[in-house]
Amino acid sequence: MLQFQMAMEVTQILLNAQAVDGTVRKQAEENLKQFQEQNLPSFLFSLAGELANDGKPAESRKLAGLILKNALDAKEQHRKIEFVQRWLSLDPTVKTQIKAFLLKTLSSPSLDARSTAAQVIAKVAGIELPHKQWPELIGSLLSNIPQLPALTRQATLETLGYICEEVSPDVVDQDHVNKILTAVVQGVNSSETNNDVRLAAIQALYNALGFAQANFSNDMERDYIMRVVCEATLSPELRIRRAAFECLAAISSTYYEKLALYMQDIFSITAKAVKEDEEPVALQAVEFWSSICDEEIDILEEYGGDFSGDSDIPCFYFIKQALPALVPMLLETLLKQEEDQDQDEGTWNIAMAGGTCLGLVARTVGDDIVPLVMPFIEENITKPDWRQREAATYAFGSILEGPSPDKLVPLVNVALNFMLTALMQDPNNHVKDTTAWTLGRMFEFLHGSALETPIITQANCQQIITVLLQSMKDVPNVAEKACGALYFLAQGYEDAGLSSSPLTPFFQDIVQALLNATHRDDAGESRLRTAAYEALNEVVRCSTDETTPMVVQLVPIIMMELHQTLENQNLPADERQNELQGLLCGCLQVTIQKLGSSEPTKYHFMQYADQMMSLFLRVFASRSATAHEEAMLAIGALAYATGPDFAKYMPEFYKYLEMGLQNFEDYQVCAITVGVVGDVCRALEDKIVPYCDGIMTQLLKDLSSNQLHRSVKPPIFSCFGDIALAIGENFEKYLLYATPMLQSAAELSAHTSGADDDMIEYTNSLRNGILEAYSGIFQGFKGSPKTQLLMPYAPQILQFLDSLYAEKDMDDVVTKTAIGVLGDLADTLGSNAGPLIQQSVSSKDFLKECLSSDDHLVRESAEWAKLAISRAISF
Amino acid sequence: MAPHDIRRPFKRPVISDQQKRRELSLLRQAQNRRDAQHQARCLASTAFSLASQTLEAPISESELEVEALPESHKGHEPESEQEPSPKDFDVVGASKLKGAEARKWFAKQLMHPEWMIDIPDGLSQDWYVFARPSGKRCFIVSFNGTTISRLRNGSILHRFPSALPNGSRKKDVSGSAQSYSILDCIFHELDQTYYVIDMVCWRGYSLYDCTAEFRFFWLDSKLAESGACDAPSHYHKYRFSLVPVYNCDHNGLYAAYTEAAPYVKDGLLFYNKHSHYQTGITPLALVWKDENCSQYVIDTDNEGQVPSQQQVVLELQEDGRLTTSDDPPTVFGCLDGSFIERSGLKSGCLLRFAVGEGGVVFVDGKLENADLHYLGKANRARASADSFSKVMFQYSVRHSPLRIDDLLASVDSAVDPGAKPCDIEMDG
Repeated sequence: MLQFQMAMEVTQILLNAQAVDGTVRKQAEENLKQFQEQNLPSFLFSLAGELANDGKPAESRKLAGLILKNALDAKEQHRKIEFVQRWLSLDPTVKTQIKAFLLKTLSSPSLDARSTAAQVIAKVAGIELPHKQWPELIGSLLSNIPQLPALTRQATLETLGYICEEVSPDVVDQDHVNKILTAVVQGVNSSETNNDVRLAAIQALYNALGFAQANFSNDMERDYIMRVVCEATLSPELRIRRAAFECLAAISSTYYEKLALYMQDIFSITAKAVKEDEEPVALQAVEFWSSICDEEIDILEEYGGDFSGDSDIPCFYFIKQALPALVPMLLETLLKQEEDQDQDEGTWNIAMAGGTCLGLVARTVGDDIVPLVMPFIEENITKPDWRQREAATYAFGSILEGPSPDKLVPLVNVALNFMLTALMQDPNNHVKDTTAWTLGRMFEFLHGSALETPIITQANCQQIITVLLQSMKDVPNVAEKACGALYFLAQGYEDAGLSSSPLTPFFQDIVQALLNATHRDDAGESRLRTAAYEALNEVVRCSTDETTPMVVQLVPIIMMELHQTLENQNLPADERQNELQGLLCGCLQVTIQKLGSSEPTKYHFMQYADQMMSLFLRVFASRSATAHEEAMLAIGALAYATGPDFAKYMPEFYKYLEMGLQNFEDYQVCAITVGVVGDVCRALEDKIVPYCDGIMTQLLKDLSSNQLHRSVKPPIFSCFGDIALAIGENFEKYLLYATPMLQSAAELSAHTSGADDDMIEYTNSLRNGILEAYSGIFQGFKGSPKTQLLMPYAPQILQFLDSLYAEKDMDDVVTKTAIGVLGDLADTLGSNAGPLIQQSVSSKDFLKECLSSDDHLVRESAEWAKLAISRAISF
Repeated sequence: MAPHDIRRPFKRPVISDQQKRRELSLLRQAQNRRDAQHQARCLASTAFSLASQTLEAPISESELEVEALPESHKGHEPESEQEPSPKDFDVVGASKLKGAEARKWFAKQLMHPEWMIDIPDGLSQDWYVFARPSGKRCFIVSFNGTTISRLRNGSILHRFPSALPNGSRKKDVSGSAQSYSILDCIFHELDQTYYVIDMVCWRGYSLYDCTAEFRFFWLDSKLAESGACDAPSHYHKYRFSLVPVYNCDHNGLYAAYTEAAPYVKDGLLFYNKHSHYQTGITPLALVWKDENCSQYVIDTDNEGQVPSQQQVVLELQEDGRLTTSDDPPTVFGCLDGSFIERSGLKSGCLLRFAVGEGGVVFVDGKLENADLHYLGKANRARASADSFSKVMFQYSVRHSPLRIDDLLASVDSAVDPGAKPCDIEMDG
């Protein structure tokens, strides 16, 4: 009875759910929830009916559609799976009725209703098509398309677009794909006079590109698609032109190798758009060239410098060929800057897009770009109009990555002094911002131990630093770039291997200037505070023994600042405080890692360890995930530096460790905590035993949870290994729980057939975790009388190794770990496992392959395995 | 459908410093895990276990003393803080030992061959042969940027930089600086070269429990790779060199015996292919010499002269018995208490005897009687008594030596393994 009433009153409830009055709204939400819980089929049916009913108010229809959509999909993987199952098990008659409502809505006069229905249909298709259900969907959408009214054609095309976005191409058969593409491309054609229909069609085509593999291989079909899309870039309607260029850019990355014939025409239309069209269109036209650059950079990187042509996709050098026309086109955009664009984080304009593209072009073609850009720079850099000076400087900064140092260093040597003067004296902030950024690029790409001729010498070092430190007092956006430049200046000395750094004489001043920058009232603008701490971190990372005392002095200063933020916890600017706490913990982490890396320097900062630890623990009181993460990372570094003495912090730290392991929501925090458990294991060794019950329980829960982000699971397995290695045979009591998890994960990860690159990468990281767990367990048990407990697992582990080997898709890291496990198994189980080992393929072919690997870490592990096996079978 | 966002990063690095911190931490953790794993793997199940704590400078300079005698240090406190337990020293811990303690420990680590008094079965199948370089037998440890060679009595011969793994302060590309390598070598004065005759540990991996076959294979493939065979340089003070090892068939034996070597030969060494590296004296490694392949076939006395009678060095036991250095020792005779008292001898003394006219008499393969005449205390540099096989080899050299032709004949006769008599139970 209640349900019936609900169904009758659903319109009112949906309207109430959007009421201004909070009480009414709350009551309505409660009603909806009850309805859904009591009778889901009826609930969904009512919603679909509401959406389909043209007699109902727009607001209730829209919300009905939205709730329906949200009942079919969720962001969280585990809920998504749950919803899919729920829909699939729904009564087929109800589903058929709901789907009929949805399809009917596509003909509604209400744009909102049509559009919402389009999205819901796609969600249902996303569930049903992979299960071979709703086979008539595509057919019924496409029947009589040309005869339909424009409104319905638009909605149908939009639906097709959403479907293509939702489902993967392999669940739609080629016949349907052909029909979809035919309908969509017809809609894009200039013969379609309704702009809304044409726009929906081109947007659908964008989503359908992934389905068009076969059609793009057919010359005639491809020619037709390309012609239609290019024509659409000339439409009088801006939205269509923009969508057409967007589609072209997408084609350029999906079908790069099929573009050669069309490049001439595409250049003409993009050049015209960049020059004359309105900005939203021009931006997409530039994006076409940026994505061509992306493609060619990837391909050339794959070539690895030697042009053996092994790469799957050949490079067509489109950028190189277009260079003489492309570069002037891009340079022209640089002069179209907006005032104050550097102060507004959200800005994206044609000058920025053009400059970014110019940088990509430089990376694609290298030296060839230099002579094309230099005249522009020389002509404009001293002009009275700030736009010309800024454009010239930006152009110079853009080409600093890509061309060879031989080509650039002489230019930089000439320009450096000019830039330093400009940074001090140019009246325009925008010019100064770009100048500081350009200096940073010079240091990033042309300064460092790998370069033969240094651009920074004893003669100019002091001047450079003086100017940068002075600039840190400039307006926030300029100061931020100066910090960035200093970051790369310091980084360049990182691998110099010098006991004395050229920065030493200025170290104190640099640190002080950076700290001053962090203290500025306006340090929150333009990311200045963050940039200053980042530069400070890099200065610490690259410091040498000479400046150790100054780095040590930094510790109490940063601690004091962290202390102050903790005292100010109740101030309103809470988010800022948390951000600052994160930065300060990050800075301490870098300092701990630096000073803790060698015995003599470690001694100096250990005096602060107790205080530091209590500060970190207080940071956990805040609610910011970033701050937690940074504090956790810092504690890990501290544990590593402290070693066994870290035990004294454990009673207090433990609850936060457990909290971190329970943080499913901010999975980054959870992942980092898992890493810290490893640090603590190595620091404490068997002193961690008292905490292991709790830690293991938590880790096992994490593994069983479908709420936790999957990326955390491989490190959890590795962490099992860390624990086992630390506590040795004490791991015995966890074997019963840990090994079934390892075993089932191993089974899952043994095969990757049909998976995409992401999945293969994930699978390999999972395998690595599993193997590291086994390694740690074997090594932990070595020499113990309980070794025999591991014997029953040996066959399945060897089988896992054999199947990994058979699969032939391990990366070097997994290969190294896998062959190491073979050695660990042989080493720990010895002659008992001898016959088993000799039966395994891994001990022969796989080992042999690893012994002649190109990767020295793989070889090293293989040699270890060979040794261990030879001992195990020689007894 | 809204247009897609095409904003690209502008004037900002693609990777934030926070991301960099995260990645550096992960990198450090992975490295630490690798180190821990590596350390665990290096924990060899032999007397050589690696200390779990990391160590700093290996050995202080004060230890650079030459050839002091163990006795002169008796009663001295070991300078090391570490209480030396008698067994299961790890090599890293041992390298912290100083002076006498260090020598005592290292003296026990070499494998010593028995002297060949009869020809083992299966010589041609189961054995290697190589010409032993003449020179000082050394135990070489490279670790933490230094290489140290020690003589059989444990005293340091050289401390030097070498191209062995972690043998000099140069950056090593792979492996932990804490991993050590141990070689069994002979230092050949003439060309100032260490001839490597065995590999005991390599990059922290123990080869103790590996067969000679494997050890030689490993030695062969790893040593040259390390650059240790290169000519001396600033970071590599002495050259290391491999010794040509042959299968002990006719050709191999003949080659080892006759072929010119870059070093002065001192006899032939025979290694059983299946034997592990065993510290102390082992019958699975044998030494044999004659005048053609060694300058010193018959032992010389203190003046370097061949004495008219064979001399043997035996250890005096508490009960007066005179024993060889074997384990278990062979008893060659007994001194009576009054003589011991008169001569002021203590148990543990190494004493020199001449073998008289009566010679050495065997019954059923067991020593029945030896005609020994007391000469005096042995040279103070001697570390231990003679082994039984040495006494017997010296005895046979003087009376009925085992000749190269005998050896060659034995490997020839074994060409056809089917010809070898075997014990088969006949059921009739």
